[in-house]
Amino acid sequence: MSVWVVKQQSQKTFTGVNAGFDAVLGARGSKLQLVLNAIFHLEASPGNLAWQDFLDIQKNPNVELAVPLAVGDNYHGYRLVGTTPDLFTRGEYSPGKHFEVQPGGEWNDPERREAVVGDFVARKLKLKVGDTFHPFHGLIYDERNQHSETYVVVGVLKPSNTPADRVIWIPLAGIQRMSGHDPRAATEVSAVLVKLRAGSAMAGFQLDMLYNKQGNRLTFAWPVGDVMGELFNKIGWFDRVLTLVSYLVALVAAGSILASIYNSMNERRRELAILRALGARRMTIFSTILLESATIAALGVAGGFVFYLGLMMVVAGIIREQTGVVLEPFAFNPVMLWSPVMFIALGALAGILPAFKAYRTDVASSLIPQS
Amino acid sequence: MDSSLLLIKGLKRSFVAPDGHRQMIVDVPQFSLAPQVQQALSGESGSGKTTFLNLIAGILKPDSGSIQLDGADIAMLSESKRDRMRAFKIGYIFQTFNLLQGYTCLENVILGMSFGEGEDRQFARQLLERVGLAQRLNHYPRQLSTGQQQRVAVARALANKPSLVLADEPTGNLDHKNARESLALIREACRENKAALLLVSHDRDVLGNFERVGNFHEMNLAIVPEVIL
Repeated sequence: MSVWVVKQQSQKTFTGVNAGFDAVLGARGSKLQLVLNAIFHLEASPGNLAWQDFLDIQKNPNVELAVPLAVGDNYHGYRLVGTTPDLFTRGEYSPGKHFEVQPGGEWNDPERREAVVGDFVARKLKLKVGDTFHPFHGLIYDERNQHSETYVVVGVLKPSNTPADRVIWIPLAGIQRMSGHDPRAATEVSAVLVKLRAGSAMAGFQLDMLYNKQGNRLTFAWPVGDVMGELFNKIGWFDRVLTLVSYLVALVAAGSILASIYNSMNERRRELAILRALGARRMTIFSTILLESATIAALGVAGGFVFYLGLMMVVAGIIREQTGVVLEPFAFNPVMLWSPVMFIALGALAGILPAFKAYRTDVASSLIPQS
Repeated sequence: MDSSLLLIKGLKRSFVAPDGHRQMIVDVPQFSLAPQVQQALSGESGSGKTTFLNLIAGILKPDSGSIQLDGADIAMLSESKRDRMRAFKIGYIFQTFNLLQGYTCLENVILGMSFGEGEDRQFARQLLERVGLAQRLNHYPRQLSTGQQQRVAVARALANKPSLVLADEPTGNLDHKNARESLALIREACRENKAALLLVSHDRDVLGNFERVGNFHEMNLAIVPEVIL
Protein backbone atom coordinates (compact mmCIF):
# COMPACT_ATOMS: atom_id res chain seq x y z
CA MET A 1 0.00 0.00 0.00
CA SER A 2 2.84 2.35 0.92
CA VAL A 3 4.52 1.62 -2.40
CA TRP A 4 1.40 2.53 -4.34
CA VAL A 5 0.50 5.61 -2.34
CA VAL A 6 4.04 7.01 -2.26
CA LYS A 7 4.35 6.38 -5.98
CA GLN A 8 1.03 7.92 -6.91
CA GLN A 9 1.24 10.79 -4.44
CA SER A 10 4.80 11.60 -5.44
CA GLN A 11 4.04 11.48 -9.12
CA LYS A 12 0.87 13.50 -8.74
CA THR A 13 2.49 16.07 -6.48
CA PHE A 14 5.81 16.42 -8.24
CA THR A 15 4.25 16.69 -11.67
CA GLY A 16 1.63 19.06 -10.27
CA VAL A 17 4.07 21.44 -8.61
CA ASN A 18 5.08 24.20 -11.00
CA ALA A 19 5.13 27.21 -8.71
CA GLY A 20 2.48 28.71 -10.97
CA PHE A 21 4.73 28.77 -14.05
CA ASP A 22 4.51 26.86 -17.30
CA ALA A 23 8.17 26.72 -18.21
CA VAL A 24 11.70 27.44 -17.15
CA LEU A 25 14.32 29.08 -19.35
CA GLY A 26 17.93 28.37 -18.47
CA ALA A 27 21.38 27.63 -19.74
CA ARG A 28 21.81 24.83 -22.24
CA GLY A 29 21.56 21.52 -20.45
CA SER A 30 19.13 19.09 -18.94
CA LYS A 31 15.52 20.18 -18.74
CA LEU A 32 15.07 18.06 -15.65
CA GLN A 33 18.04 19.71 -13.93
CA LEU A 34 16.64 23.09 -14.85
CA VAL A 35 13.21 22.32 -13.42
CA LEU A 36 14.62 20.73 -10.29
CA ASN A 37 16.81 23.75 -9.74
CA ALA A 38 14.34 26.52 -10.50
CA ILE A 39 11.05 25.01 -9.32
CA PHE A 40 12.05 22.54 -6.62
CA HIS A 41 15.22 24.31 -5.48
CA LEU A 42 17.15 21.07 -5.72
CA GLU A 43 20.16 20.25 -7.85
CA ALA A 44 22.79 22.71 -9.03
CA SER A 45 22.05 25.26 -11.70
CA PRO A 46 23.12 24.11 -15.17
CA GLY A 47 24.67 27.56 -15.70
CA ASN A 48 23.68 31.18 -16.14
CA LEU A 49 22.01 33.14 -18.88
CA ALA A 50 22.46 36.75 -19.74
CA TRP A 51 20.18 39.47 -18.43
CA GLN A 52 19.33 40.26 -22.03
CA ASP A 53 17.92 36.73 -22.45
CA PHE A 54 15.59 37.47 -19.58
CA LEU A 55 14.55 40.75 -21.15
CA ASP A 56 13.97 39.05 -24.49
CA ILE A 57 11.61 36.42 -23.17
CA GLN A 58 9.92 38.95 -20.92
CA LYS A 59 9.07 40.98 -24.01
CA ASN A 60 7.76 37.98 -25.94
CA PRO A 61 4.04 38.64 -26.62
CA ASN A 62 3.16 35.08 -25.64
CA VAL A 63 4.68 35.48 -22.19
CA GLU A 64 2.48 36.83 -19.44
CA LEU A 65 5.07 36.82 -16.70
CA ALA A 66 8.79 36.15 -16.58
CA VAL A 67 10.58 36.10 -13.25
CA PRO A 68 14.37 35.82 -13.03
CA LEU A 69 16.03 33.68 -10.39
CA ALA A 70 19.61 33.70 -9.18
CA VAL A 71 21.09 31.03 -6.96
CA GLY A 72 24.50 30.33 -5.54
CA ASP A 73 24.39 30.92 -1.80
CA ASN A 74 22.90 29.28 1.26
CA TYR A 75 22.32 29.80 4.92
CA HIS A 76 22.93 26.66 6.95
CA GLY A 77 22.11 24.51 3.94
CA TYR A 78 18.94 26.36 2.94
CA ARG A 79 19.15 28.14 -0.39
CA LEU A 80 19.15 31.83 -0.85
CA VAL A 81 17.28 32.58 -4.06
CA GLY A 82 17.44 36.03 -5.55
CA THR A 83 14.38 37.20 -7.43
CA THR A 84 12.27 40.23 -8.23
CA PRO A 85 9.11 41.33 -6.39
CA ASP A 86 7.07 40.05 -9.34
CA LEU A 87 7.30 36.51 -7.98
CA PHE A 88 5.34 37.54 -4.91
CA THR A 89 3.13 40.28 -6.27
CA ARG A 90 2.17 38.79 -9.65
CA GLY A 91 3.01 35.13 -9.34
CA GLU A 92 0.48 32.54 -8.19
CA TYR A 93 1.96 29.37 -6.71
CA SER A 94 -1.32 27.64 -7.48
CA PRO A 95 -4.38 29.06 -9.22
CA GLY A 96 -5.64 32.07 -7.30
CA LYS A 97 -3.08 31.75 -4.54
CA HIS A 98 -0.35 34.32 -4.04
CA PHE A 99 2.51 34.10 -1.59
CA GLU A 100 1.79 36.00 1.59
CA VAL A 101 3.95 37.11 4.47
CA GLN A 102 2.88 36.24 7.98
CA PRO A 103 1.52 39.01 10.17
CA GLY A 104 4.28 41.21 11.49
CA GLY A 105 6.41 40.84 8.39
CA GLU A 106 6.66 42.59 5.01
CA TRP A 107 8.09 42.01 1.54
CA ASN A 108 11.75 42.79 1.12
CA ASP A 109 12.87 46.00 -0.50
CA PRO A 110 14.68 45.03 -3.72
CA GLU A 111 17.22 47.74 -3.09
CA ARG A 112 18.19 46.60 0.39
CA ARG A 113 19.70 43.52 2.01
CA GLU A 114 16.43 42.18 3.23
CA ALA A 115 15.20 38.60 3.25
CA VAL A 116 11.83 36.91 3.31
CA VAL A 117 12.19 33.45 4.78
CA GLY A 118 10.13 30.41 3.81
CA ASP A 119 7.99 29.00 6.59
CA PHE A 120 9.88 25.69 6.79
CA VAL A 121 13.27 27.42 6.99
CA ALA A 122 12.01 29.85 9.59
CA ARG A 123 10.88 27.00 11.79
CA LYS A 124 14.00 24.93 11.26
CA LEU A 125 16.45 27.76 11.81
CA LYS A 126 14.23 29.61 14.29
CA LEU A 127 14.43 32.77 12.20
CA LYS A 128 12.02 35.59 12.85
CA VAL A 129 11.47 39.12 11.69
CA GLY A 130 14.35 41.32 12.80
CA ASP A 131 16.94 38.55 12.89
CA THR A 132 20.12 39.07 10.88
CA PHE A 133 22.41 36.55 9.21
CA HIS A 134 25.44 36.22 6.99
CA PRO A 135 24.92 34.00 3.91
CA PHE A 136 27.39 31.27 2.99
CA HIS A 137 28.76 30.76 -0.47
CA GLY A 138 27.61 27.80 -2.56
CA LEU A 139 24.57 25.60 -2.34
CA ILE A 140 26.10 23.33 0.28
CA TYR A 141 26.74 24.70 3.73
CA ASP A 142 30.40 25.17 4.59
CA GLU A 143 31.12 27.40 7.56
CA ARG A 144 34.42 28.49 6.01
CA ASN A 145 32.61 30.16 3.11
CA GLN A 146 30.70 32.85 4.90
CA HIS A 147 29.97 36.10 3.08
CA SER A 148 30.46 39.35 4.86
CA GLU A 149 27.08 40.82 3.88
CA THR A 150 24.47 41.00 6.59
CA TYR A 151 20.85 40.35 5.74
CA VAL A 152 17.92 41.18 7.92
CA VAL A 153 14.76 39.10 7.99
CA VAL A 154 11.81 41.36 7.22
CA GLY A 155 9.19 38.70 6.60
CA VAL A 156 8.32 35.06 6.95
CA LEU A 157 6.17 33.42 4.26
CA LYS A 158 2.86 31.94 5.19
CA PRO A 159 3.08 28.17 4.60
CA SER A 160 2.40 27.42 0.93
CA ASN A 161 3.29 23.71 1.09
CA THR A 162 5.51 24.22 -1.93
CA PRO A 163 9.28 24.15 -2.33
CA ALA A 164 9.24 27.93 -1.74
CA ASP A 165 8.85 27.18 1.97
CA ARG A 166 12.41 25.86 2.02
CA VAL A 167 13.99 28.95 0.53
CA ILE A 168 15.31 32.25 1.82
CA TRP A 169 14.22 34.84 -0.68
CA ILE A 170 16.40 37.88 -1.22
CA PRO A 171 16.54 40.57 -3.93
CA LEU A 172 17.99 39.43 -7.25
CA ALA A 173 20.84 41.90 -6.94
CA GLY A 174 21.75 40.36 -3.61
CA ILE A 175 22.94 37.16 -5.27
CA GLN A 176 24.29 38.91 -8.33
CA ARG A 177 26.48 41.25 -6.34
CA MET A 178 27.35 39.14 -3.32
CA SER A 179 30.99 39.57 -2.30
CA GLY A 180 33.26 36.96 -3.80
CA HIS A 181 30.97 36.21 -6.73
CA ASP A 182 32.28 36.48 -10.28
CA PRO A 183 31.62 40.10 -11.40
CA ARG A 184 30.10 38.72 -14.60
CA ALA A 185 27.30 37.26 -12.44
CA ALA A 186 26.06 40.78 -11.84
CA THR A 187 24.50 40.76 -15.31
CA GLU A 188 23.41 37.15 -15.36
CA VAL A 189 20.59 35.08 -13.87
CA SER A 190 20.39 31.35 -13.13
CA ALA A 191 16.98 30.77 -14.67
CA VAL A 192 13.79 32.49 -15.70
CA LEU A 193 10.39 31.23 -14.62
CA VAL A 194 7.96 31.70 -17.48
CA LYS A 195 4.19 31.95 -17.37
CA LEU A 196 2.63 31.82 -20.81
CA ARG A 197 -0.28 33.96 -21.75
CA ALA A 198 -3.55 32.10 -21.36
CA GLY A 199 -5.17 31.19 -24.63
CA SER A 200 -2.00 31.19 -26.71
CA ALA A 201 -1.98 27.45 -27.20
CA MET A 202 0.96 27.44 -29.58
CA ALA A 203 3.12 29.70 -27.43
CA GLY A 204 4.88 26.83 -25.71
CA PHE A 205 5.58 25.08 -29.01
CA GLN A 206 6.91 28.26 -30.57
CA LEU A 207 9.25 28.97 -27.68
CA ASP A 208 10.28 25.32 -27.61
CA MET A 209 11.19 25.63 -31.30
CA LEU A 210 12.94 28.93 -30.76
CA TYR A 211 15.15 27.89 -27.87
CA ASN A 212 15.50 24.13 -28.13
CA LYS A 213 15.35 23.33 -31.84
CA GLN A 214 16.68 26.45 -33.57
CA GLY A 215 18.98 27.75 -30.89
CA ASN A 216 21.69 25.90 -29.06
CA ARG A 217 22.54 28.32 -26.28
CA LEU A 218 19.54 28.03 -23.95
CA THR A 219 17.09 25.40 -22.79
CA PHE A 220 13.38 25.94 -22.56
CA ALA A 221 11.89 23.34 -20.17
CA TRP A 222 8.22 23.14 -21.04
CA PRO A 223 5.78 22.02 -19.83
CA VAL A 224 7.10 21.67 -16.30
CA GLY A 225 4.78 18.78 -15.39
CA ASP A 226 5.90 16.75 -18.40
CA VAL A 227 9.54 17.26 -17.57
CA MET A 228 8.92 15.88 -14.08
CA GLY A 229 6.80 13.12 -15.59
CA GLU A 230 9.85 12.03 -17.59
CA LEU A 231 11.73 11.64 -14.34
CA PHE A 232 9.08 9.25 -13.07
CA ASN A 233 9.13 7.40 -16.39
CA LYS A 234 12.89 6.99 -16.06
CA ILE A 235 12.56 5.48 -12.61
CA GLY A 236 9.53 3.44 -13.64
CA TRP A 237 11.57 0.23 -13.54
CA PHE A 238 12.27 0.81 -9.87
CA ASP A 239 8.60 1.35 -9.28
CA ARG A 240 7.82 -1.92 -11.04
CA VAL A 241 10.41 -3.75 -8.93
CA LEU A 242 8.83 -2.37 -5.77
CA THR A 243 5.41 -3.40 -6.99
CA LEU A 244 6.68 -6.89 -7.69
CA VAL A 245 8.29 -7.03 -4.26
CA SER A 246 5.04 -5.98 -2.64
CA TYR A 247 3.19 -8.77 -4.51
CA LEU A 248 5.85 -11.22 -3.38
CA VAL A 249 5.54 -10.05 0.22
CA ALA A 250 1.78 -10.60 0.05
CA LEU A 251 2.29 -14.07 -1.42
CA VAL A 252 4.91 -15.02 1.16
CA ALA A 253 2.62 -13.78 3.93
CA ALA A 254 -0.24 -15.85 2.53
CA GLY A 255 2.10 -18.83 2.27
CA SER A 256 3.09 -18.33 5.91
CA ILE A 257 -0.55 -18.34 6.96
CA LEU A 258 -1.10 -21.50 4.95
CA ALA A 259 1.97 -23.23 6.39
CA SER A 260 1.29 -22.26 10.00
CA ILE A 261 -2.37 -23.25 9.95
CA TYR A 262 -1.71 -26.38 7.92
CA ASN A 263 1.04 -27.48 10.30
CA SER A 264 -1.17 -26.79 13.29
CA MET A 265 -3.86 -29.05 11.87
CA ASN A 266 -2.17 -32.18 13.20
CA GLU A 267 -2.01 -30.71 16.70
CA ARG A 268 -5.59 -29.54 16.45
CA ARG A 269 -6.96 -32.74 15.00
CA ARG A 270 -8.36 -33.84 18.35
CA GLU A 271 -9.79 -30.40 19.04
CA LEU A 272 -11.58 -30.46 15.70
CA ALA A 273 -12.81 -33.99 16.36
CA ILE A 274 -14.23 -32.86 19.71
CA LEU A 275 -16.14 -30.10 17.95
CA ARG A 276 -17.44 -32.63 15.45
CA ALA A 277 -18.44 -34.98 18.28
CA LEU A 278 -20.38 -32.12 19.85
CA GLY A 279 -22.36 -31.78 16.64
CA ALA A 280 -20.34 -29.35 14.52
CA ARG A 281 -20.81 -30.07 10.83
CA ARG A 282 -17.94 -30.50 8.41
CA MET A 283 -18.82 -27.23 6.72
CA THR A 284 -18.80 -25.47 10.08
CA ILE A 285 -15.26 -26.71 10.67
CA PHE A 286 -14.25 -25.79 7.12
CA SER A 287 -15.71 -22.29 7.50
CA THR A 288 -14.10 -21.85 10.90
CA ILE A 289 -10.64 -22.52 9.50
CA LEU A 290 -11.27 -20.21 6.55
CA LEU A 291 -12.48 -17.53 8.93
CA GLU A 292 -9.43 -18.04 11.11
CA SER A 293 -7.18 -17.64 8.10
CA ALA A 294 -9.01 -14.54 6.93
CA THR A 295 -8.92 -13.14 10.46
CA ILE A 296 -5.16 -13.59 10.66
CA ALA A 297 -4.90 -11.77 7.34
CA ALA A 298 -7.26 -9.05 8.61
CA LEU A 299 -5.17 -8.60 11.75
CA GLY A 300 -2.13 -8.42 9.50
CA VAL A 301 -3.86 -5.77 7.43
CA ALA A 302 -4.76 -3.80 10.56
CA GLY A 303 -1.18 -4.04 11.81
CA GLY A 304 0.07 -3.19 8.35
CA PHE A 305 -2.18 -0.16 8.22
CA VAL A 306 -0.78 1.14 11.50
CA PHE A 307 2.72 0.52 10.15
CA TYR A 308 1.68 2.24 6.92
CA LEU A 309 0.50 5.32 8.80
CA GLY A 310 3.78 5.52 10.68
CA LEU A 311 5.87 4.87 7.59
CA MET A 312 3.98 7.39 5.50
CA MET A 313 4.34 10.07 8.13
CA VAL A 314 8.09 9.47 8.13
CA VAL A 315 8.30 9.33 4.33
CA ALA A 316 6.13 12.41 3.90
CA GLY A 317 8.26 14.20 6.50
CA ILE A 318 11.48 13.28 4.68
CA ILE A 319 10.10 14.35 1.30
CA ARG A 320 8.89 17.60 2.74
CA GLU A 321 12.22 18.25 4.43
CA GLN A 322 14.20 17.43 1.33
CA THR A 323 12.00 19.02 -1.31
CA GLY A 324 9.39 21.17 0.37
CA VAL A 325 6.74 19.16 -1.45
CA VAL A 326 3.93 18.06 0.81
CA LEU A 327 2.42 14.63 0.21
CA GLU A 328 -1.03 13.79 1.49
CA PRO A 329 -0.49 10.22 2.64
CA PHE A 330 -3.89 9.98 4.26
CA ALA A 331 -5.83 11.20 1.26
CA PHE A 332 -8.08 8.46 -0.04
CA ASN A 333 -6.49 6.22 -2.59
CA PRO A 334 -8.31 3.24 -4.13
CA VAL A 335 -5.39 1.05 -3.04
CA MET A 336 -6.52 1.62 0.56
CA LEU A 337 -9.71 -0.21 -0.32
CA TRP A 338 -8.64 -2.95 -2.70
CA SER A 339 -5.37 -3.80 -0.99
CA PRO A 340 -6.92 -4.89 2.37
CA VAL A 341 -9.76 -6.66 0.56
CA MET A 342 -7.31 -8.45 -1.71
CA PHE A 343 -5.05 -9.42 1.18
CA ILE A 344 -7.91 -10.73 3.32
CA ALA A 345 -9.19 -12.68 0.32
CA LEU A 346 -5.69 -14.03 -0.22
CA GLY A 347 -5.56 -15.01 3.45
CA ALA A 348 -8.88 -16.82 3.11
CA LEU A 349 -7.59 -18.51 -0.03
CA ALA A 350 -4.52 -19.65 1.89
CA GLY A 351 -6.85 -21.20 4.44
CA ILE A 352 -8.58 -23.45 1.91
CA LEU A 353 -6.02 -26.25 2.05
CA PRO A 354 -5.88 -26.46 5.87
CA ALA A 355 -9.65 -26.04 5.98
CA PHE A 356 -10.01 -28.98 3.63
CA LYS A 357 -7.70 -31.00 5.83
CA ALA A 358 -9.83 -30.09 8.83
CA TYR A 359 -12.93 -30.92 6.81
CA ARG A 360 -11.62 -34.42 6.26
CA THR A 361 -10.69 -35.03 9.91
CA ASP A 362 -11.81 -38.51 10.89
CA VAL A 363 -13.71 -37.99 14.11
CA ALA A 364 -13.64 -41.50 15.52
CA SER A 365 -9.93 -42.12 15.06
CA SER A 366 -8.96 -38.60 16.16
CA LEU A 367 -11.17 -38.59 19.18
CA ILE A 368 -11.29 -41.87 20.90
CA PRO A 369 -8.95 -44.78 21.02
CA GLN A 370 -10.86 -47.84 19.87
CA SER A 371 -11.54 -50.20 22.79
CA MET B 1 -45.81 -48.79 17.77
CA ASP B 2 -42.51 -49.43 19.51
CA SER B 3 -41.99 -47.22 22.59
CA SER B 4 -38.19 -47.54 22.47
CA LEU B 5 -36.09 -44.39 22.43
CA LEU B 6 -33.32 -46.37 20.78
CA LEU B 7 -33.93 -49.39 18.62
CA ILE B 8 -31.06 -51.14 16.87
CA LYS B 9 -31.48 -53.95 14.37
CA GLY B 10 -28.88 -55.91 12.44
CA LEU B 11 -26.15 -53.39 13.10
CA LYS B 12 -22.85 -54.23 11.45
CA ARG B 13 -19.64 -52.31 11.11
CA SER B 14 -16.31 -53.51 9.82
CA PHE B 15 -12.88 -51.95 9.34
CA VAL B 16 -10.04 -52.73 7.01
CA ALA B 17 -7.28 -54.34 9.03
CA PRO B 18 -3.63 -53.38 8.46
CA ASP B 19 -3.15 -56.62 6.51
CA GLY B 20 -5.82 -55.45 4.07
CA HIS B 21 -8.60 -57.79 5.15
CA ARG B 22 -11.98 -56.43 6.17
CA GLN B 23 -12.69 -57.30 9.78
CA MET B 24 -16.09 -57.16 11.46
CA ILE B 25 -16.03 -55.11 14.68
CA VAL B 26 -19.66 -54.72 15.58
CA ASP B 27 -22.39 -57.22 14.77
CA VAL B 28 -25.38 -56.56 17.02
CA PRO B 29 -28.60 -58.25 15.86
CA GLN B 30 -30.86 -56.27 18.19
CA PHE B 31 -30.73 -53.77 20.99
CA SER B 32 -33.28 -51.37 22.45
CA LEU B 33 -33.48 -48.74 25.15
CA ALA B 34 -36.62 -47.11 26.47
CA PRO B 35 -36.83 -43.37 27.22
CA GLN B 36 -35.26 -42.24 30.51
CA VAL B 37 -33.97 -45.75 31.19
CA GLN B 38 -30.43 -46.17 32.46
CA GLN B 39 -28.60 -49.17 31.09
CA ALA B 40 -25.03 -50.34 31.47
CA LEU B 41 -23.19 -52.60 29.08
CA SER B 42 -20.30 -54.64 30.34
CA GLY B 43 -17.47 -55.62 28.08
CA GLU B 44 -13.76 -56.13 28.20
CA SER B 45 -11.36 -53.79 26.49
CA GLY B 46 -11.35 -54.50 22.80
CA SER B 47 -14.88 -55.79 22.58
CA GLY B 48 -16.02 -52.98 20.24
CA LYS B 49 -17.98 -50.98 22.83
CA THR B 50 -16.66 -47.60 21.72
CA THR B 51 -17.37 -48.37 18.09
CA PHE B 52 -20.90 -49.36 19.12
CA LEU B 53 -21.40 -46.00 20.89
CA ASN B 54 -19.87 -44.10 17.95
CA LEU B 55 -22.35 -45.79 15.63
CA ILE B 56 -25.25 -44.76 17.87
CA ALA B 57 -23.85 -41.22 18.05
CA GLY B 58 -23.66 -41.07 14.26
CA ILE B 59 -19.91 -40.48 14.35
CA LEU B 60 -19.51 -43.68 12.37
CA LYS B 61 -21.81 -44.94 9.66
CA PRO B 62 -22.76 -48.61 9.84
CA ASP B 63 -22.17 -51.03 7.00
CA SER B 64 -25.71 -52.26 7.43
CA GLY B 65 -28.58 -52.30 9.90
CA SER B 66 -30.69 -49.59 11.42
CA ILE B 67 -30.34 -47.34 14.44
CA GLN B 68 -33.67 -45.76 15.25
CA LEU B 69 -33.41 -42.83 17.65
CA ASP B 70 -36.64 -41.03 18.45
CA GLY B 71 -38.10 -42.54 15.31
CA ALA B 72 -35.33 -41.43 12.94
CA ASP B 73 -32.95 -43.98 11.43
CA ILE B 74 -29.48 -42.58 12.04
CA ALA B 75 -28.00 -45.13 9.65
CA MET B 76 -29.97 -43.63 6.78
CA LEU B 77 -29.16 -40.02 7.49
CA SER B 78 -26.55 -37.98 5.65
CA GLU B 79 -23.45 -37.05 7.61
CA SER B 80 -24.70 -33.51 8.04
CA LYS B 81 -28.02 -34.72 9.44
CA ARG B 82 -26.24 -37.15 11.73
CA ASP B 83 -24.25 -34.19 13.04
CA ARG B 84 -27.51 -32.34 13.72
CA MET B 85 -29.01 -35.39 15.40
CA ARG B 86 -25.93 -35.73 17.61
CA ALA B 87 -26.00 -32.05 18.52
CA PHE B 88 -29.66 -32.02 19.47
CA LYS B 89 -30.44 -35.46 20.85
CA ILE B 90 -27.26 -37.08 22.10
CA GLY B 91 -24.93 -36.18 24.90
CA TYR B 92 -21.57 -37.94 24.89
CA ILE B 93 -19.32 -38.40 27.92
CA PHE B 94 -15.88 -39.64 26.96
CA GLN B 95 -13.41 -41.56 29.07
CA THR B 96 -10.81 -38.87 28.42
CA PHE B 97 -13.41 -36.10 28.87
CA ASN B 98 -12.34 -34.36 25.64
CA LEU B 99 -12.66 -30.85 26.98
CA LEU B 100 -11.28 -28.03 24.88
CA GLN B 101 -8.24 -26.84 26.78
CA GLY B 102 -8.34 -23.27 25.49
CA TYR B 103 -11.84 -22.67 26.82
CA THR B 104 -13.11 -22.19 30.35
CA CYS B 105 -15.58 -24.59 31.97
CA LEU B 106 -18.45 -22.28 31.12
CA GLU B 107 -17.24 -21.82 27.55
CA ASN B 108 -16.89 -25.58 27.08
CA VAL B 109 -20.52 -26.04 28.06
CA ILE B 110 -21.71 -23.07 25.97
CA LEU B 111 -19.74 -24.33 22.98
CA GLY B 112 -21.61 -27.62 23.25
CA MET B 113 -24.84 -25.64 23.10
CA SER B 114 -23.82 -23.62 20.09
CA PHE B 115 -24.19 -26.59 17.75
CA GLY B 116 -27.58 -27.56 19.15
CA GLU B 117 -30.25 -25.62 21.00
CA GLY B 118 -28.25 -22.42 20.94
CA GLU B 119 -26.21 -20.66 23.57
CA ASP B 120 -27.92 -20.30 26.93
CA ARG B 121 -25.43 -18.93 29.39
CA GLN B 122 -27.87 -19.11 32.28
CA PHE B 123 -28.60 -22.81 31.72
CA ALA B 124 -24.87 -23.52 31.28
CA ARG B 125 -24.25 -21.91 34.67
CA GLN B 126 -27.05 -23.93 36.23
CA LEU B 127 -25.59 -27.16 34.87
CA LEU B 128 -22.14 -26.36 36.20
CA GLU B 129 -23.61 -25.36 39.54
CA ARG B 130 -25.52 -28.64 39.55
CA VAL B 131 -22.31 -30.62 39.13
CA GLY B 132 -20.68 -28.63 41.93
CA LEU B 133 -18.53 -26.28 39.89
CA ALA B 134 -20.20 -22.97 40.72
CA GLN B 135 -16.84 -21.62 41.86
CA ARG B 136 -14.98 -22.90 38.83
CA LEU B 137 -16.95 -21.39 35.96
CA ASN B 138 -14.03 -19.44 34.58
CA HIS B 139 -11.34 -22.00 35.26
CA TYR B 140 -9.62 -23.74 32.40
CA PRO B 141 -9.60 -27.55 32.30
CA ARG B 142 -5.91 -27.70 33.21
CA GLN B 143 -6.72 -25.80 36.41
CA LEU B 144 -9.16 -28.50 37.49
CA SER B 145 -8.69 -31.91 39.07
CA THR B 146 -9.52 -35.00 37.00
CA GLY B 147 -12.81 -35.43 38.85
CA GLN B 148 -13.76 -31.81 38.23
CA GLN B 149 -12.97 -32.17 34.53
CA GLN B 150 -15.30 -35.16 34.43
CA ARG B 151 -18.06 -33.02 35.92
CA VAL B 152 -17.60 -30.39 33.24
CA ALA B 153 -17.92 -33.17 30.66
CA VAL B 154 -21.18 -34.28 32.32
CA ALA B 155 -22.54 -30.73 32.26
CA ARG B 156 -21.56 -30.36 28.61
CA ALA B 157 -23.24 -33.66 27.69
CA LEU B 158 -26.51 -32.36 29.11
CA ALA B 159 -26.21 -28.87 27.62
CA ASN B 160 -28.60 -29.48 24.73
CA LYS B 161 -31.13 -31.36 26.86
CA PRO B 162 -30.51 -34.61 24.99
CA SER B 163 -32.88 -37.57 25.11
CA LEU B 164 -29.93 -39.98 25.21
CA VAL B 165 -26.60 -39.74 27.01
CA LEU B 166 -23.81 -42.07 25.95
CA ALA B 167 -21.02 -42.64 28.44
CA ASP B 168 -17.88 -44.47 27.39
CA GLU B 169 -15.94 -45.72 30.41
CA PRO B 170 -16.72 -42.40 32.15
CA THR B 171 -14.94 -43.39 35.33
CA GLY B 172 -11.96 -45.01 33.69
CA ASN B 173 -9.63 -42.16 34.57
CA LEU B 174 -10.89 -41.55 38.08
CA ASP B 175 -9.89 -42.97 41.44
CA HIS B 176 -12.36 -45.11 43.34
CA LYS B 177 -13.93 -42.31 45.39
CA ASN B 178 -14.21 -39.93 42.47
CA ALA B 179 -15.54 -42.71 40.26
CA ARG B 180 -18.36 -43.48 42.68
CA GLU B 181 -19.31 -39.82 43.08
CA SER B 182 -19.05 -39.15 39.38
CA LEU B 183 -21.22 -42.11 38.48
CA ALA B 184 -23.88 -41.03 40.95
CA LEU B 185 -23.76 -37.54 39.49
CA ILE B 186 -24.13 -38.76 35.92
CA ARG B 187 -27.10 -40.91 36.84
CA GLU B 188 -28.81 -38.19 38.88
CA ALA B 189 -28.19 -35.53 36.26
CA CYS B 190 -29.61 -37.76 33.52
CA ARG B 191 -32.63 -38.54 35.65
CA GLU B 192 -33.24 -34.86 36.40
CA ASN B 193 -32.92 -34.00 32.73
CA LYS B 194 -35.13 -36.92 31.66
CA ALA B 195 -32.38 -38.37 29.51
CA ALA B 196 -31.82 -42.07 28.95
CA LEU B 197 -28.32 -43.26 29.79
CA LEU B 198 -26.32 -45.92 27.98
CA LEU B 199 -23.04 -46.51 29.75
CA VAL B 200 -20.33 -48.95 28.76
CA SER B 201 -17.69 -50.05 31.22
CA HIS B 202 -15.59 -52.99 32.18
CA ASP B 203 -15.50 -51.90 35.84
CA ARG B 204 -17.54 -54.28 38.00
CA ASP B 205 -18.05 -51.58 40.67
CA VAL B 206 -19.58 -49.31 38.12
CA LEU B 207 -21.74 -52.00 36.62
CA GLY B 208 -22.92 -53.00 40.07
CA ASN B 209 -24.71 -49.68 40.43
CA PHE B 210 -27.08 -50.38 37.55
CA GLU B 211 -30.33 -52.27 37.70
CA ARG B 212 -30.06 -53.06 33.97
CA VAL B 213 -26.74 -54.48 32.87
CA GLY B 214 -26.15 -56.16 29.51
CA ASN B 215 -23.15 -58.12 28.39
CA PHE B 216 -21.82 -56.51 25.25
CA HIS B 217 -19.43 -59.37 24.61
CA GLU B 218 -22.42 -61.71 24.27
CA MET B 219 -24.49 -59.15 22.41
CA ASN B 220 -21.81 -58.50 19.79
CA LEU B 221 -21.44 -61.45 17.45
CA ALA B 222 -18.29 -60.06 15.86
CA ILE B 223 -14.95 -61.45 16.84
CA VAL B 224 -12.86 -58.36 17.33
CA PRO B 225 -9.12 -58.63 16.82
CA GLU B 226 -7.17 -56.40 19.18
CA VAL B 227 -4.84 -55.24 16.47
CA ILE B 228 -7.62 -53.10 14.97
CA LEU B 229 -8.87 -51.73 18.23
